Amino acid sequence: MGAYRLKKGGRINRDKEVFFRFNGRRLKGFEGDTIASALLANNVRQVGRSFKYHRLRGVMSAGPEEGGALFNVNDGAMRIANVKGTMAELRDDMQVYAQNAFPSLAFDIGAVNGLFAPFLTAGFYYKTFMGPARTTAFWMFCEKFIRKAAGLGKASRLPDPDSYDIAYKFCDVLVVGAGPTGLLAAAELAEQGQKVVLVEQDFEVGGSLLSGGRTEEITLRDTLLKRFEKAGGQVMLRATAFGLYDGLVTGVLERCSDHQSAPEPYSPREISHIIHPQHVVLATGACERGFAFGNNDRPGVMLAGALRSYACRYGVMAGRSAVIATCHDGTYDDAIMLASLGMEITLIDARNKPSRYAKKAQAAGINVLAGKVPVNVAGVKSVAALEIADIDEAGEIKENTTIIGCDVVGVSGGYSPVIHLPSHRGIKPRWEASINAFVAGKTPENIHIIGSADGIFDHQACLDNAFQITQKIKGQKTGVKLRRRVPGGMRALFEVQIKGRKLKSFIDPQHDVTSEDVRQAHREGFVSVEHMKRYTTLGMATDQGRVGNVLGLAVMAQAQGLAVGTTGVTTFRPPYTPVSIGALAARERGRHWRPTRRTPMHHMHLAAGAVMTDAGAWKRAWYYPREDEGIDEAYVREAATTRQNVAMVDVSTLGKIAVQGPDATEFLNRIYVNPFAKLAIGKARYGIMLRDDGMVLDDGTTWRLAEDDYFMTTTTAQAGPVMLFLEELLQRRWTDLRVHVTSVTDQWAGMAVAGPYAREVLEAEFPQLNWSDEAFPFMGVVEVTHRLGQHDITCRIARISFSGERAFEIYVPSDSGAQIWSALADRINEAGGCLYGMEALGALRIEKGHVTAAELDGRVTLEDAGFGRMASKTKPFIGSVLRQRSSLQDERRPQLVGIFPKDRTKKFSAGAILCTPEAVSGFGEGWVTAVTHSPALGHWIGLGFVAGGAQAWQGKTIIVADPVRDNFVEAEIVSPHMFDAKGDRQHG
Amino acid sequence: MLRIECPFCGLRNHNEFTYLEDGSGEMPALDNIDGEAWYEAVFLRDNPRGMHIEDWHHTQGCRMVLRVSRNTLTHQILSVVPSHPDYKEMFSDSAKSANSAPKSAKARLPRPKSAKSKSAKDGRG
Repeated sequence: MGAYRLKKGGRINRDKEVFFRFNGRRLKGFEGDTIASALLANNVRQVGRSFKYHRLRGVMSAGPEEGGALFNVNDGAMRIANVKGTMAELRDDMQVYAQNAFPSLAFDIGAVNGLFAPFLTAGFYYKTFMGPARTTAFWMFCEKFIRKAAGLGKASRLPDPDSYDIAYKFCDVLVVGAGPTGLLAAAELAEQGQKVVLVEQDFEVGGSLLSGGRTEEITLRDTLLKRFEKAGGQVMLRATAFGLYDGLVTGVLERCSDHQSAPEPYSPREISHIIHPQHVVLATGACERGFAFGNNDRPGVMLAGALRSYACRYGVMAGRSAVIATCHDGTYDDAIMLASLGMEITLIDARNKPSRYAKKAQAAGINVLAGKVPVNVAGVKSVAALEIADIDEAGEIKENTTIIGCDVVGVSGGYSPVIHLPSHRGIKPRWEASINAFVAGKTPENIHIIGSADGIFDHQACLDNAFQITQKIKGQKTGVKLRRRVPGGMRALFEVQIKGRKLKSFIDPQHDVTSEDVRQAHREGFVSVEHMKRYTTLGMATDQGRVGNVLGLAVMAQAQGLAVGTTGVTTFRPPYTPVSIGALAARERGRHWRPTRRTPMHHMHLAAGAVMTDAGAWKRAWYYPREDEGIDEAYVREAATTRQNVAMVDVSTLGKIAVQGPDATEFLNRIYVNPFAKLAIGKARYGIMLRDDGMVLDDGTTWRLAEDDYFMTTTTAQAGPVMLFLEELLQRRWTDLRVHVTSVTDQWAGMAVAGPYAREVLEAEFPQLNWSDEAFPFMGVVEVTHRLGQHDITCRIARISFSGERAFEIYVPSDSGAQIWSALADRINEAGGCLYGMEALGALRIEKGHVTAAELDGRVTLEDAGFGRMASKTKPFIGSVLRQRSSLQDERRPQLVGIFPKDRTKKFSAGAILCTPEAVSGFGEGWVTAVTHSPALGHWIGLGFVAGGAQAWQGKTIIVADPVRDNFVEAEIVSPHMFDAKGDRQHG
Repeated sequence: MLRIECPFCGLRNHNEFTYLEDGSGEMPALDNIDGEAWYEAVFLRDNPRGMHIEDWHHTQGCRMVLRVSRNTLTHQILSVVPSHPDYKEMFSDSAKSANSAPKSAKARLPRPKSAKSKSAKDGRG
């Protein structure tokens, strides 16, 4: 009893044995086997457990529609879940494991769920865990048990060690599917001189020709393939067109190495191809479907066509004696072929009139019974017998049943054209009564659906159709309209029900959805098919409802008393088959996710022992620890050195934009809130820009180098958006302005030298300049050519201070950044100063109340940030109107403030909420944006926003509430300018 | 994936571009102080089902702002032209010569002499 390998035949390579393990058991297959065919050949009938009820599952199909033979493959980080055994090629040392079975496939604890099946029906989660009495806490308690019990494969939690790639391809015609129709179309088109790419999800070209078992089919395959390749066509094997997108862009996943036991090192596991064709020809074929009857999910119940595929392509007989149940002529040929290979067959046909092939079948030794349907499968671990009943002309099924012993059941309820790809483009499927299936609606001019994918099931008609389409693409009209039909006609059969019997009839075996679940959804008021789908989860498993969708819709239509096909159909969405996330991300992962930006002085920071940090895409020096300093000691020392002596920081990351042209002054005057019309040459000015809606966009200094030449700096974070905004303004709104903007961020390296002795250090390096306050006042700018070694270096120097000390920003061409940095660093070290990083920079600016991206988060007005008085009252500027909206001018809005802990020894965190002592709850009165330990003040300080600003909170206590860290600190609100409020240090 | 035919760079994938905004409306003149007009222009945008005029920026290409006529239902793109209102002139040959900026006497910020002779006297004046 059971499945076995034929002595000869099939397309497997019997000279090449392949050994693999299933649940640890070593088994033999051949090259050319799939996991499923090899398991069947070894008479492994039970291959997994089902999603919800943990029912035993066997191989059900021979294609991507598989709902039973799903496996975990490989171990550890290489483990892949939900591998379709019907698609995956066997390779040496492959480790295959059954899914959702604990502790073992044969004895499974979860199978007890089957006993609770009446409770685990459609909508179980919604009913059990929603409603007033059942709280989230109850769900959270139950969740882990339910999650453990339900499920498919287990994904590896380790980082994926494989590599993936993305490739782009362009062609005239993309043909999807290399069955007879697709092959002929591809060959004809290639011979026309078109650039044709043919994608096939299988590892062999041929589609149904491979499974027919007749030599003339193989000859046709070989001839067409030869013609195609000779004409220069390109075949992509193991490549699934998983999505059809706008502009005819097609996503194709190519599986490159899963079938190899020893793939080339560094070769990608999968490549996602983004293909841009002019025409897409969809020859995706049709997928056989079964129908629902009792226990139709038992191991041994398979699609009739799959029985033939295994026999003819893999030389595997899925059983010795079969009952094959059908409702159309197509199955007769399958049965005759199987009988010729030695299978003992009873063919039951739901049609009452004997088929024209009945005699031929009988001649082949098949017991043909007309007007009979399967009712229920007997046998628990696998099929032992099938109970059948009579069906009359009116479709009524009699209660008297008979039992036929068998070890495999073949089912065919017709064929569903594979129309997923057109559905991705929003082309609605249409019910075609002549074939009892959905076909795609009207397609755009450059999408062509041919062959059985369009419901044409006659072999010769498919080939005619392929030829027609090639003429059409060539631009020649063809007259003949081909008929969609099932040869010999069929009886629409979706479910077998018998009065008074409760059958467990599955329509979606992968998600354990029964016909009763669909009826229950109907009874509970789910009228729309989309709602029914979500309520029952029908068609939501990895097979995307290939087998079950039509059955579910039919059962639903029947429950509603409607004709099948009138209830509408759910939408197929990409991907057609599962796609690894890795293949979509390809190389853009880890540090390759985005470019790493390094300043020209990057290596100098590393040499100086800096700990680096990420600031957007940039790598910046965070702090420069000395000996055994940690970050806290290091930044406090660096900040203190800046205040007391001299220190230098790398500011190359600031955005830099050259604003040039006769109207540059007018342009700047329009985009900054403060006046720029009278900025003298050789001077810099701090400016703020708003968005059109009146919120702060960015701040920075702009230096006037010449009459028509400005050097603008932006914050690191907003450099890109500001540049884009300026370009948009010049190209769209102010086309009369003769201004050119150029991003020069990467052209200039920048460094700030700050501290009471900054001037002395710079004077030593640049003795040619006059460094006196009179000649080089605060906000002064000079440009100087500086000779260093053999090089003349253009230096732009401005007296600008972010730290609040006397400070100078020096910009030099990027190539010379490291050279100047090195020269200055030596002088600073000699003077007893140091380098400082981002952490000290933060401490210094918080003390001064200078804002950064932490404060200017896009929700802040000028007034909120304390810049209200900077706004010009005499000129219009971007945002000048909408910033006047009354709610933005409300004095109760949160405003920038400084925060001191009442007890100066206490510490608090950024992100904390500021609350009144009376109500430490809700959204509070404000929030903390930044904190630091201030070396100048000797305690922790913070910046934040609080309703009404510092004035409103004078003398009042506020609570800095950080419930996550359980830290509640009493604080007082002070001016944001917590150190040297008058700015004497930077001016003097 | 959309493909946008940039008039400067040719047919490119949409991920080279940044969608800016609805391109059908005009922003009020900068000196227009009518709050309602600004409110209308900044916040009240149509979201039509069908043809839509959009501004896209060829961020990873020529950095031009482009006016794209796109059907929001089918994603069909009917036309792509520069958003610059004078683009037709810009593309004609006669405009090219007229567009050069007038030369003005350029004042540049005082530059100390080259530091080739690194004497303390230089640049101290």
